[in-house]
Amino acid sequence: MSRKYVVKQLSIFLENRKGRLLEVTETLKDAGINIRALAMAESAEFGILRLVVNNPEKARSALSAGGFTVAEQDVFAVEVSDEPGSFHKVVQILAGEDINVDYTYAFVGNSSKAVLVFKVSEGSLDKAISALDSQGIKLVEPMFFYE
Amino acid sequence: MWNRIEGASREEMEALQLRRLKETATRVYHLVPFYKQKFDEAGIKPQDIRGIEDLARLPFTTKQDLRDHYPFGLFTTPMDQVVRIHSSSGTTGKPTVVGYTANDMEVWKECMARTFRMADVGPGDIVHNVYGYGLFTGGLGFHYGAETVGAAVVPSSGGFTKRQLLLMKDFGATVIAGTPSFVLHMAEVAKEEGYDFEKDFRLRVGFFGAEPASEGLRKALAELWGIMYIEAYGLSEIIGPGVAASCPHGRLHIMEDHFIPEIIDPETQEVLPYGEEGELVFTTVTKQALPIIRYRTKDITRLNIEPCECGRTLISMESVKGRSDDMLIVNGVNVFPSQVEHVLTKVEGTTPNYVIVLDKKGVLDKLEVWIEVDEQTFADGIGKLEELKTKLHNEMLNELYINVKVKLVEPKTLERSMGKAKRIIDRREAEGM
Repeated sequence: MSRKYVVKQLSIFLENRKGRLLEVTETLKDAGINIRALAMAESAEFGILRLVVNNPEKARSALSAGGFTVAEQDVFAVEVSDEPGSFHKVVQILAGEDINVDYTYAFVGNSSKAVLVFKVSEGSLDKAISALDSQGIKLVEPMFFYE
Repeated sequence: MWNRIEGASREEMEALQLRRLKETATRVYHLVPFYKQKFDEAGIKPQDIRGIEDLARLPFTTKQDLRDHYPFGLFTTPMDQVVRIHSSSGTTGKPTVVGYTANDMEVWKECMARTFRMADVGPGDIVHNVYGYGLFTGGLGFHYGAETVGAAVVPSSGGFTKRQLLLMKDFGATVIAGTPSFVLHMAEVAKEEGYDFEKDFRLRVGFFGAEPASEGLRKALAELWGIMYIEAYGLSEIIGPGVAASCPHGRLHIMEDHFIPEIIDPETQEVLPYGEEGELVFTTVTKQALPIIRYRTKDITRLNIEPCECGRTLISMESVKGRSDDMLIVNGVNVFPSQVEHVLTKVEGTTPNYVIVLDKKGVLDKLEVWIEVDEQTFADGIGKLEELKTKLHNEMLNELYINVKVKLVEPKTLERSMGKAKRIIDRREAEGM
């Protein structure tokens, strides 16, 4: 049941090197990929670019062909109203279930809604989705991203 | 001169070498099955050795042979006669082991005493020894040698640079012994700390070895500290430091009454005439616990048999500039790329594409290992990648005793920029050191 809310996220290993991000965006542009959500994590020497795109399979093969190190993860997304306390409510439910959030990132859509993407440890993905679903949080179906 | 043999005639030297060579050949032939087999294969028996030129008919020994007989397989004495064991790091986790009887210790002390006497070190001198004490032969070799000539030794070993400088000043050290890179590092720290080299230090001579040093580095050390630069050459398989030492005229004299040198063509294994460049080979003729026949050092050099202005007739070798294998010397510690690979494989479960980058940080060597992050290695999470780096760093420290900076790079970076087969990039040369 909860599987239908699983969204494919791509992460790309990037050295901190001038022009490297540009090469990623160029590869995606050339493959006709639309980026729906993104987040960048960085350390002193390298970074990880995380993307949710409209066509993960195609994006992945284009990036691999371009020589990038790409990995795929299962994440999920929720839609909340764009107002104080809505993010808190989601985090509270997850904390209540003792679920660790590896990372999360958000984007504000074209309405009064915000979309939050969550990565939790692999073993607790189903549990997280079920908990949020049963407590009335609106989960976003992958089709929303994929189009 | 410590011993009159250092100035003996060629005839006397060769007669002594021949007698000792016969004894050693007889000893290894009858006591070590490995040597018996090798001699038999080469079709020679110890009694066939009639002149010193017959040395060229004996079989070679390699580092691999030592490893294959780990730990004590090539020893010719029972263990109750062994009084010291040293060991050097090995390429795949298996070290090479060397042993000394009480008499071997005397030989070693004698050779180190001759080394110290190159600069007339003796009673009244204070030797500040920054060679590492431990399994490495450097620290204890210099230590015993200094005591043998009657000098006072400060066994300070490496590290703790600021404290070392304080002790050198307060104790009034007149002699320093250590690796060139570390002693240069000490000079830099001394400058930063505001020491006045002329007023604060009494050093007059330095003994350097365990890693190659360029002309520039030697000059810099001599000038900075205001010392005479003496080179000490050695390798643990032969005895440790003390195999050769440079005289005030700059010639690196080999203690050939104990270690007979030859130069061979590394490809054809033919002995080359004096003056020609090739691989240095040693036969020990006085050692008991671990005598070694025609040991291939992999060091590339040439020999000079002309008597020296210093009065010594001991044959001399040029300073070693290159090696015929891929061993790296990082701050005096031997590192083989295969050791690095071994650790990578152990930690990662597979052998990643990697490159070893050697650089200078100030005067010290800095070793970096660049590892390509492929899809097997890549974990989505900064923390996990940092963890991998830490784990690799710790393993290298544990297994190779070296401080490595691990850098994660994208796949094909290495291939693109420096050719896949090239595993080592040594940028130290560019510094003119």
